[in-house]
Amino acid sequence: MSTASPHAGRPEALLEVRDLGMTFPGPRGSLRRRAGIRAVDGVSFDVHPGETLGLVGESGCGKSTTGRMLVRLLDPTAGRVAFRGQDITRTGQRELRPLRSRLQMIFQDPFASLNPRQTVRQIIAAPLRAQGESAQAIRREVRDLVGLVGLAPEHLERYPHQFSGGQAQRIGIARALATRPELVVADEPVSALDVSIQAQIVGLLERLQRELGVAYVFIAHDLAVVRHISHRVAVMYLGRIVEIGERQQVYGNPAHPYTRALLSAVPLPEPAAERARERIVLLGDPPSPADPPSGCTFHPRCPKARELCRTEPPLLRLTAPDGTRQAACHFPEV
Amino acid sequence: MSLLEVRGLAVEFDTAEGPVRAVRGIDFTVERGRTLGIVGESGSGKSVTSLAVMGLHRGAAVTGSVRFDGTELIGAPEESVRRLRGRRIAMVFQDALTALHPYFTIGDQIAEAYREHHGGSRKAARARAVEVLGDVGIPDPARRAREHPHQFSGGMRQRAMIALALSCEPDLIIADEPTTALDVTVQAQVLDLLAGQQQARGLGLVLITHDLGVIARIADEVLVMYGGSAAEQAPADRLFTAPRHPYTRGLLDSLPRLDAPEGEPLRAIPGSPPSPLAPPPGCAFHPRCAVYAEHGSPLCTADRPLLRLVAEGHRNACALDEVTTG
Repeated sequence: MSTASPHAGRPEALLEVRDLGMTFPGPRGSLRRRAGIRAVDGVSFDVHPGETLGLVGESGCGKSTTGRMLVRLLDPTAGRVAFRGQDITRTGQRELRPLRSRLQMIFQDPFASLNPRQTVRQIIAAPLRAQGESAQAIRREVRDLVGLVGLAPEHLERYPHQFSGGQAQRIGIARALATRPELVVADEPVSALDVSIQAQIVGLLERLQRELGVAYVFIAHDLAVVRHISHRVAVMYLGRIVEIGERQQVYGNPAHPYTRALLSAVPLPEPAAERARERIVLLGDPPSPADPPSGCTFHPRCPKARELCRTEPPLLRLTAPDGTRQAACHFPEV
Repeated sequence: MSLLEVRGLAVEFDTAEGPVRAVRGIDFTVERGRTLGIVGESGSGKSVTSLAVMGLHRGAAVTGSVRFDGTELIGAPEESVRRLRGRRIAMVFQDALTALHPYFTIGDQIAEAYREHHGGSRKAARARAVEVLGDVGIPDPARRAREHPHQFSGGMRQRAMIALALSCEPDLIIADEPTTALDVTVQAQVLDLLAGQQQARGLGLVLITHDLGVIARIADEVLVMYGGSAAEQAPADRLFTAPRHPYTRGLLDSLPRLDAPEGEPLRAIPGSPPSPLAPPPGCAFHPRCAVYAEHGSPLCTADRPLLRLVAEGHRNACALDEVTTG
């Protein structure tokens, strides 16, 4: 497991995200067409060099939309993203190109993100070729990369369909790392894999971070995986960050009732521990972002909700005295 | 007499690339009021097993014995199996949206299934549908019964499918990954519902999943499958505290846990699950097995190891069981 954030407390961020928002148009012909659906609303965080920020939440919470905006696969409708101090929110695709090599993405479905007609060599070489490297340098680097992610040189001439899911994800990781990026956004990179393979890929990502110093934004719904790999964690609910802070704070002593409920809902793989545990069972389903509740959007499911929660949306504020965690709750746990 | 007794169940498919032995002779028993969890990864044969028990294995050759409440189902006329299915054995699938008909209301689908097996008036069947929808915690069931599946959220649809399964008062429910498509807070609700109904009605429950946490929460007995065979079988408490098979141990070691000590590394199992088209000789797990790597025995590559009793109610299919457990 990762230890404390290597850059905790240091001011210079690799990535600065401020008040990021994404509003999709509402369904055609509906009254909400004009208002739109706020998939992401006022999301702010920093990512420091060499650290992992985990982004967790349930389906529809906006974590994947956020990840896509960080690498500009989606253009935000509000807020800004700065990479190494440079605002990239409205940079044109041409000026974005040199940045692409420093900012990469890994996807959930390795097969869907690999071109089925290209060999592994072609897939991994593509980003290097785009940088205009010599054929000889590319050959050498591609060989180094497959070794780095635990594949063999004979795999280079094969096609994606000849690999298992875990191996295909290794190819996706090799491609993402080819240009030695400083930041990789990984969107559910292990959730499509068998349990026994997930640990291999998590271990690989951790080793690559130690060896290359790459920072990750690790997006997942699996709270145990995120706890394992992250230095800091942001919990999202209905498009907003409800809690963010050092992993030990968020997991060890969660301040937001949603974080508490989420953690208590994850079954432990041990019957005795599972029976002994105090569980907070939430009522109902996560609401639709098309029709968010008033005030704190969690209030209809919150066991602690009071009148204020129904009317006033809470802001993210510090709840740990040493500044290691913030929560958006009127009545946070202390 | 046990509610469900499966002996030597084997399922073989013909594919373009040759025959596939998806399940190779497994045994298990489910008693009334008990929950058997079947856990395995892709290609382990866990879902094929459940379909074969239900008689839903189209085009596959099924051999062995499946006795439900004393009646043999393998080789029984399709009509008699069909009468049991839905009436006394019900199934809950992963994806409620494909299992429910999009055109009919939730209430009509439940009422129709009830009438098919119990007869009676339309009105009585409608009342029964509203009653079971209420049982599974759907608020305002009389109104929701008139809605279509797409008007239900994922968690509510899964509840509706459980209501459909319960409506005919079955003795056995087979649930195949019933909470895999759900968010974790909703999964907790649906597992509580399944376990609660199972207890209240004294049903037998077979729960098929890849998630050891789900197994730990509601199973009494666990069958671990790998490469079409049983690797280990034990009471749930024992399986998690004293696992014997190297695969079960590896799986538990590779699982990140919310209650793991800080800084504890994950120990991954090397390699991938075997392809059912080209299974390794001998024990299907031996190419990935840490015990084989260290104490390799010709036994591991010769035959598929059979389950042997290693403690009360605890069976392990490993030729190196004595080595593993010292």
